[in-house]
Amino acid sequence: MTEALPSNSTVAIVERARGEIRRQKRFQTILFVVVAAAAYLAAGYIGEVSLGTLAEGFFGVFTYIYDTAPTLHWATLGEDLASWYWGIERWLLELWKTVLIAFLGTVFGAAGAFFLCFLASANLAPNRIVAFLCRRFLELSRTVPEIVFALIFVFAFQPGPPAGVIAIAIHSMGALGKLFSEVNENIDKGPLEGLRATGSNWYEEIRFGVVPQVLPNFASYTLLRFEINIRAAAIIGIVGAGGIGQELMIAIKQFHREDQSAIVLMIILCVILIDEVGRRIRHRFIGDDMPSRG
Amino acid sequence: MTPDAIAGYKARYPAAFGPTRRQRAYRIAGAIAFVAFTIYAFIALDFTWERMWNGLDRLGFVFRFMFPPSSGGYFWEYVHALGETIAMALLGTSCASVVALFVGFLAARNVNTSMLGYFAVRRTLDVIRSIDTLIWGLIFVRVVGLGPFAGVLAIFVSDVGTLSKLYGEAIEAADRRQQEGIRATGANRPEELRYGILPQVFPVFLSNSLYFLESNTRSATILGVVGAGGIGFHLADRIRLNAWDEVCLIIILILIAVSAIDWISRAIRLSLIGEGRAGQAAGRFSSVDFIRGEMSRARA
Repeated sequence: MTEALPSNSTVAIVERARGEIRRQKRFQTILFVVVAAAAYLAAGYIGEVSLGTLAEGFFGVFTYIYDTAPTLHWATLGEDLASWYWGIERWLLELWKTVLIAFLGTVFGAAGAFFLCFLASANLAPNRIVAFLCRRFLELSRTVPEIVFALIFVFAFQPGPPAGVIAIAIHSMGALGKLFSEVNENIDKGPLEGLRATGSNWYEEIRFGVVPQVLPNFASYTLLRFEINIRAAAIIGIVGAGGIGQELMIAIKQFHREDQSAIVLMIILCVILIDEVGRRIRHRFIGDDMPSRG
Repeated sequence: MTPDAIAGYKARYPAAFGPTRRQRAYRIAGAIAFVAFTIYAFIALDFTWERMWNGLDRLGFVFRFMFPPSSGGYFWEYVHALGETIAMALLGTSCASVVALFVGFLAARNVNTSMLGYFAVRRTLDVIRSIDTLIWGLIFVRVVGLGPFAGVLAIFVSDVGTLSKLYGEAIEAADRRQQEGIRATGANRPEELRYGILPQVFPVFLSNSLYFLESNTRSATILGVVGAGGIGFHLADRIRLNAWDEVCLIIILILIAVSAIDWISRAIRLSLIGEGRAGQAAGRFSSVDFIRGEMSRARA
């Protein structure tokens, strides 16, 4: 049937073009599959993955959960719970300290970010070199993971909460500094020009032209960060930087299996609680899950 | 303007003349409470002058010894560990994406119509998500032993929690009419989902998964701290040994790897789903890409 069509008919041209596109696409697909397969094989080889261990790992989780689960009997439920949570007072105190670590970390992180963000935003920085340096500095402090900072500070400041506070503060400073300067870059220029016309200096421009505009956004980002930091504070203890994580690490190192499940459960409950509270607060203040940019 | 007129305006628009006495009192009280709480926190967390002073001293020592960075002859070992890190992120994210593709449908209210089933899935995902990747790493190190495989599993499990939730939300936000159209042709349930919903949500899935690949590379770098493979293991080890020049090199390597993955993933995202759709897919979170990463990891 195709022979009946002249080679320059519309149908033939379209068919040829379609064939061309399909060939191209097929080539792309094959290329993609080959590259992906190679990447996965390499990754599987490097990652020491095998199907046997995969299954083992999968079922291992359940064994682990079973091992760490406490033995509760219905008849003696109260006593069993009490012996499972024998350390509840200490753990609650550690949990509270975790919140305090997050609080101080957030306060100092936000303060640092606040001072640097005006220097780091393209439209407000006194000159380009300052902006560049500030931005790189903020970038460095947020790209290095908290845990790495914590490891270093645990060496410097001895194991304990201060190391965690400083690590979280530096990381928060980097993260919030970026967000803050993005807010700054989206401000309304009107007030700034008005202030300039009155002959105010750089500080006055920032104080009266920028800060009133950006403060609500800064506040909501800081609240959000506080939430993130509580989580971070809970795990940063794993390297010895205080808080509930440190208790968990001790329980794991000393094979107190029931303690592990008790503490993990506490962390889960705490995180869910904070999620809920955080969402309510945010809904009340902003009416949306995320503050919008500018 | 006469003083009378000013007084009149003052009475009518008190807010225009600065805070009232009452507001000022509230503000001062708030500030005092804040400062007091901060001081309490300092005391409760064992901040002492001595500790800070000695700490800064030691920190100066650390920085002096960090430069110049050196490999200590282990350069290729570090590069291998870095490869291991990326492999962990790739495998963990991919496997989690495949699983989440199915679980995501179960976590969507418009697909999983059984109320009990929906809530069971959602709550389970909440619990999985509220445990940090690092803690999963700790658990899996106990289960399968030290090594990158524990890290793969940790990333896999915590990502199943987060990605399923995100996928489920995307499915819930999908346009119903396409699904109805497919149903009108006499399609059965799986076909409805395959042709009515999947084409709508796939770009979102892809963009999320790629984004998670990026952020997982970051978390994979630290999983080694708990023994779950990757460069973090060497990092923690060198810090313990006080080999600060090597620590510095490892941190630099991590920074390079993370930004390389960021760049590659962005390129793939753009080429696969196109600029417009990538933006659309990420649009719900566009407020700031960065916080999105951190938040979706933790709570989504």
